[in-house]
Amino acid sequence: MVSVLLKAATRYIVPVQLLFSVYLLLRGHNLPGGGFIGGLIAAGAFSLYVIAYDASVARRKLRIRPQLLIIIGLLLSLISALLSVLFGKAAMTGLWDGSIPLHWLGLGSLKLGTPLLFDIGVYLVVIGITLLIIFTLEEES
Amino acid sequence: MIEYFIIAALLLALIAPWLYRLISRKTGWVLALLPAALSGSLISIIPDIMQGTPLHQSYSWISSLNISLSFYIDGLSLLFLLLVSGIGVFILIYAGGYLKGHPLLGRFYSYLLLFMAAMWGLLAADNLILMFVFWELTSISSYLLIGFNHEQENSRQAALQALLVTGAGGLALLAAIILIGMVSGTYDISVLFTRPAELISSRFYLPILILVFLGAFTKSAQTPFHFWLPSAMAAPTPVSAYLHSATMVKAGIYLLARLTPVLGGTDEWHMIVSFTGALTMLTGAIMAIVQTDLKRLLAYSTVSALGTIVLLIGLNTAMSIKAAIVFLIVHSLYKGALFMVAGSIDHETGTRDVTCLGGLIRVMPITAIAAGLAALSMSGFPPLLGFIGKELIYEAKMQLPTLSIFVTITGVLANMVNVTVAIIVGIAPFWDEHKISAKNAHEGAPSLWLGAMILSIIGLVAGLYSDILGEQLISPAVSAVRAELTSIDLKLWHGINPVFMLSVLTVFSGIGLFFARHRLRILAGKLSWLAMAGPTSWYQRSLQTTLKIADRWTRLLQNGSLHSYILIIIIFTLLLFSWSFVRNLEFLKTIRFGHIYAYEWLIAGVILVFIFVVIRSRSRLGGVAALGVIGYSIALIFVFYSAPDLAITQILVETLTVILFVFVVYHLPRFDVLSAPKSRLRDAMIAILFGAFMSLLVLKTLSIYHPSLSDFFGQNSYLKAYGKNVVNVILVDFRALDTLGEITVLSAAALGVYALLKLKSKRKE
Repeated sequence: MVSVLLKAATRYIVPVQLLFSVYLLLRGHNLPGGGFIGGLIAAGAFSLYVIAYDASVARRKLRIRPQLLIIIGLLLSLISALLSVLFGKAAMTGLWDGSIPLHWLGLGSLKLGTPLLFDIGVYLVVIGITLLIIFTLEEES
Repeated sequence: MIEYFIIAALLLALIAPWLYRLISRKTGWVLALLPAALSGSLISIIPDIMQGTPLHQSYSWISSLNISLSFYIDGLSLLFLLLVSGIGVFILIYAGGYLKGHPLLGRFYSYLLLFMAAMWGLLAADNLILMFVFWELTSISSYLLIGFNHEQENSRQAALQALLVTGAGGLALLAAIILIGMVSGTYDISVLFTRPAELISSRFYLPILILVFLGAFTKSAQTPFHFWLPSAMAAPTPVSAYLHSATMVKAGIYLLARLTPVLGGTDEWHMIVSFTGALTMLTGAIMAIVQTDLKRLLAYSTVSALGTIVLLIGLNTAMSIKAAIVFLIVHSLYKGALFMVAGSIDHETGTRDVTCLGGLIRVMPITAIAAGLAALSMSGFPPLLGFIGKELIYEAKMQLPTLSIFVTITGVLANMVNVTVAIIVGIAPFWDEHKISAKNAHEGAPSLWLGAMILSIIGLVAGLYSDILGEQLISPAVSAVRAELTSIDLKLWHGINPVFMLSVLTVFSGIGLFFARHRLRILAGKLSWLAMAGPTSWYQRSLQTTLKIADRWTRLLQNGSLHSYILIIIIFTLLLFSWSFVRNLEFLKTIRFGHIYAYEWLIAGVILVFIFVVIRSRSRLGGVAALGVIGYSIALIFVFYSAPDLAITQILVETLTVILFVFVVYHLPRFDVLSAPKSRLRDAMIAILFGAFMSLLVLKTLSIYHPSLSDFFGQNSYLKAYGKNVVNVILVDFRALDTLGEITVLSAAALGVYALLKLKSKRKE
């Protein structure tokens, strides 16, 4: 399944798709999107590499082992959930502080808080899980 | 105060292996500073406790369930805490000498500190649920410590046995605690104390009592659960000295004493506790006298001593509680010391068989002095604390209004054996004639004899200054158990009276038994068939039966065929729900379907058609493509009902499923119809039933749908969680715990898939 067209297109599509996945992740709190959806799209981007080239190329592009992504993601979500305990609130209480203006992206302003960190954790876990399975399947076939 | 020590012990447990690598031989001495500091601060609060003001500290934990991190230190918990931390100091030091050079010594310190933290928590907890958490933690750390030499099969078995027995008791205790919570609405012991009659008069009193007893008796090795304690001697000796004589096995006694004010005082309590105690006291004594292994001798005499204390608690008079508390201290001191001595002897001579030991006084004089003092205290010689302990026990038993003769005689019998064991363990190995094993032995490092020496000396000093001990530690403890201020006046010498005569009789008969020990062992050898009927065989039989059933069950349910897994899950779900569903179908009448547009009919039609395509498909790719059409159609329905998040997710999942399938399809064998028409018909029926069930379930949720729920999320998602996308806010904020659980499960599943695939490829190689 060697397609020059697909290979060439992949190189241009993937960065855009990844950017799009981050966009969906960040806007998720106010508009359709979020960590799960963003994660699936990002995983789709790397899957494109698997289809156009093979898993080893996709692994090189990812630069980090999917298992590690899962671990980091779970840790981020856990930390975001427990951070409020340090401030004397019940676990999983959302903490909000500050914001980044992103009007130029059409996002309004991006509020910073532990739920966003939690969503980033979900995003990484979803990428890690999907790619772990896809990479392994491809390598075993 | 205590909470900081618990946290510190847990943290030290985490870093102990690295600490050991850093400072190796000094580790024990450094770690011992922690329990030493706790002992110091406990001593500093004695004046407060004596005035009757317990220490109380509470942090909120799960307030909706009445569970809090609350700690409560009164006279009783103070005394126990002091024993656990005080003896802990010497055990940590001793472990360094005993396991010197062991590659896993760092890990051993970790387990010991973990245990120490758990024990402190158990003793200081006010909330019963919190106490239960620590209770279980002591069982777990005990498991790790007994199984420390995990290459040996008997260690592993002994560890499992202790865990299963005390764990089962722990579950009973949890049930008791929940019942207590249901009856009184609180889990706080200090609150229960203010309403003493509540539990006794409730209709759950007897169930609570029995469950509490199961917890306490398994933990404190009461007959018929005593058998795990001698097996637990597979642990390294510092563990036996600490957990299985001086501290953990006293947790059951602590529980009984702690709950005496709210559960005690009834006939049931009195009968069950004192009978169990008396039975254990005799069983332990009889088993002890015929042993030849130092540690088993001590273990069975511990069982006997625990029985004595339980018996005294069951008698529940002011005198008997006083005797119980004093004897508890006495026992911890001499038993801790004698175990350490036994360990040192084992360490130096390489044997624990008393028939091979003798003449060690010449090579181990310091250990001999420590052992001798402890043995004298154990036999109840004046002026040691053990003498006072024994006098009090006799006095308490002789003052009983009923059955006093019977109880006194059993007590004398058990104490005679105590004297004999004390001689066999603490005197004979040093003073008996010279035997072979003493050849290469020499006095161990200070860490090996320091603990035994100091504990023995405390036993002596406490006997001489018993008035201070009585006033400062024992009165507050007895007051806590009796729930009334009791002042205790401990005296060493009461003059020559019946009690003293009994003491003298005990000592002489004990010495007599010592000389008859060889004959007793021969007699016991002839009676060994009795063990077949003993609780150890019950344990083994029930364990084997459980494993056999589990084996059959697993074969039945997990036979390796995906087809049958799915069938089992579906049929089970159907059976579980169908009954309540079939009886409650009225809700269908209340459901009003809105107007259905033509395009909605169209999508429904497409889905139906493609379901048939999937079923009739003769190729895998065709089937997957048809499933994809169904998936995208469902996504369209989500769009119609303005649920963009769901629609996007559905489309993405469908897409990724196709990609996954493309990689899987190469692994699969050629598509073929292998199942018989009959089984296909059966599967079709089950599938239709399950489909109908799921549809009904969805309709049911519609009928119980509550508009306030979506109103709540609509109104609060921006105000409270600062997000306009309600779906996302629910996922990452309102129900973030669910999401956290889901991603954790997903991760585990992904690792499972990974492992399965890798395992398969390895097998190919």
